Amino acid sequence: MEQVTALFARIAGAGTLSPQLLLWLGALTMALIMALVMAACAIVFTWAERKVAGFIQSRYGPMRVGRWHGIAQPIADMLKILQKEDIIPADADRKFFILAPFVLFIGSLMAWAAIPFAPGFVAADLDMGLLYIFAASSLVTIGILMSGWASNNKWSLYGAARGAAQIVSYEIPLALAVVPVVLYAGSLNMTDIVVAQQGGIWKWFALRNPFLFVSFLIYFLASIAEVNRTPFDLPETESELVAGYHTEYSGMRFAFFFLAEYANLFLVSCIATAVFLGGWGHPVPGLNFAPALVFLAKAVLLVLAQIWIRWTLPRLRVDQLMHVCWKVMIPLALVCLAGSGVWMLAFVRFA
Amino acid sequence: MIPACPLAAVSTGMHADFATVLIFILFGVFFGLLALGIARLLRPHNPHPEKLVTYECGELPQGSAWVRFNVRFYLIALFFIVFDVEVIFLYPWAVVFRQLAAAPGLGLLALLEMLLFLAILVVGLAYVWAKGDLDWVKSLTARPAGEEVAGE
Repeated sequence: MEQVTALFARIAGAGTLSPQLLLWLGALTMALIMALVMAACAIVFTWAERKVAGFIQSRYGPMRVGRWHGIAQPIADMLKILQKEDIIPADADRKFFILAPFVLFIGSLMAWAAIPFAPGFVAADLDMGLLYIFAASSLVTIGILMSGWASNNKWSLYGAARGAAQIVSYEIPLALAVVPVVLYAGSLNMTDIVVAQQGGIWKWFALRNPFLFVSFLIYFLASIAEVNRTPFDLPETESELVAGYHTEYSGMRFAFFFLAEYANLFLVSCIATAVFLGGWGHPVPGLNFAPALVFLAKAVLLVLAQIWIRWTLPRLRVDQLMHVCWKVMIPLALVCLAGSGVWMLAFVRFA
Repeated sequence: MIPACPLAAVSTGMHADFATVLIFILFGVFFGLLALGIARLLRPHNPHPEKLVTYECGELPQGSAWVRFNVRFYLIALFFIVFDVEVIFLYPWAVVFRQLAAAPGLGLLALLEMLLFLAILVVGLAYVWAKGDLDWVKSLTARPAGEEVAGE
């Protein structure tokens, strides 16, 4: 943010723009960058998903568009989806039907504001950044419930009800799993959390103590459930609920669901990178010139792991889903929290 | 000094950060409208009563989908409220724990207090667990005789 405003000041010449104007311009630029990152997520990861799915199932996936391995397939899909007719069912609740994709998209975009990609490269360096990210991304629940209810379609309603139950349930292990990190970092500010992990791979919070490692695994699994992906994709099970809460959506409105879904997939990976895996920190000497690339590389690896899981594991049943959350993850997360506190007092010396 | 425009008061610090959040929201609305606007120019628009029927496996829909939710969803929502509020209380403790741990004696006290808090939370979890409210599929026969069956 500071870098962006400084760039604007240099372009316009010192003193010609007021600090307020610079601030608004900087914020607008960051919002544009983050929206482009979200669009890039959807483009890159839909292609990656289809290629990985293809290779796991012993086939090629998209091969035609764009000469090399169907690389332009997502662009072709996007152009096609732009030309699709927009159908709002006559029985639907029009207002909420139209509003729902916006809520999903804006919830996701808001959360991106607090992700630190590199030192100083964060749109809103909030002191309660971690809490803010969870708050903003929980708007997804409202968007899903809104779309499912407004569609006036049984499949959508089932999908939305399941989605809401699943996302609010898994938010608890998710939020509990990062508390041990806050213990160590002593701050909710995302930049502070990343800075506290610099100086070697053993400083990464996932590797500080065994409890934190288990916390990382809990976070990772709960985040897959948060973004409704297999094995936790009950809200949009295509084989039983058609498409779940977005059954009735078509054209560009549907595209917003897709965009938000892939953006959230990358978002939870970025949070995991910043909170557990050292952010832009790395053990390779001479790689300090591109901290944002290191950050993105870690997040992309996590996304690839999620894609791998999706095409390897079958879907859970809804009772198993709730069982895993309430009877396994939450007790385990509480144990990890208590264990991390004891570990800190017993083994860590603070200056 | 009262600024003419409230937004003009924003310069740096926390206000600036939340101003950025506001810009993100506004930009999100703009981006959505822009994308839908472009699509509007490109897409066909041929409404037909058959097209506007709600999808239900190709049949005409039977009744409305606006029905009552299963009560399990309300139970989950209730648990969520309780546990989420507890988690929110954990965050401030977690932020200051590091400072307290550095002071002699205080760290142990802070840890014990939080373990007590967690213990109360765990008692609540154990209670709903024992009552069977965490089971998604509740069998009516497995319950001990005489216990009331809630919400099915």
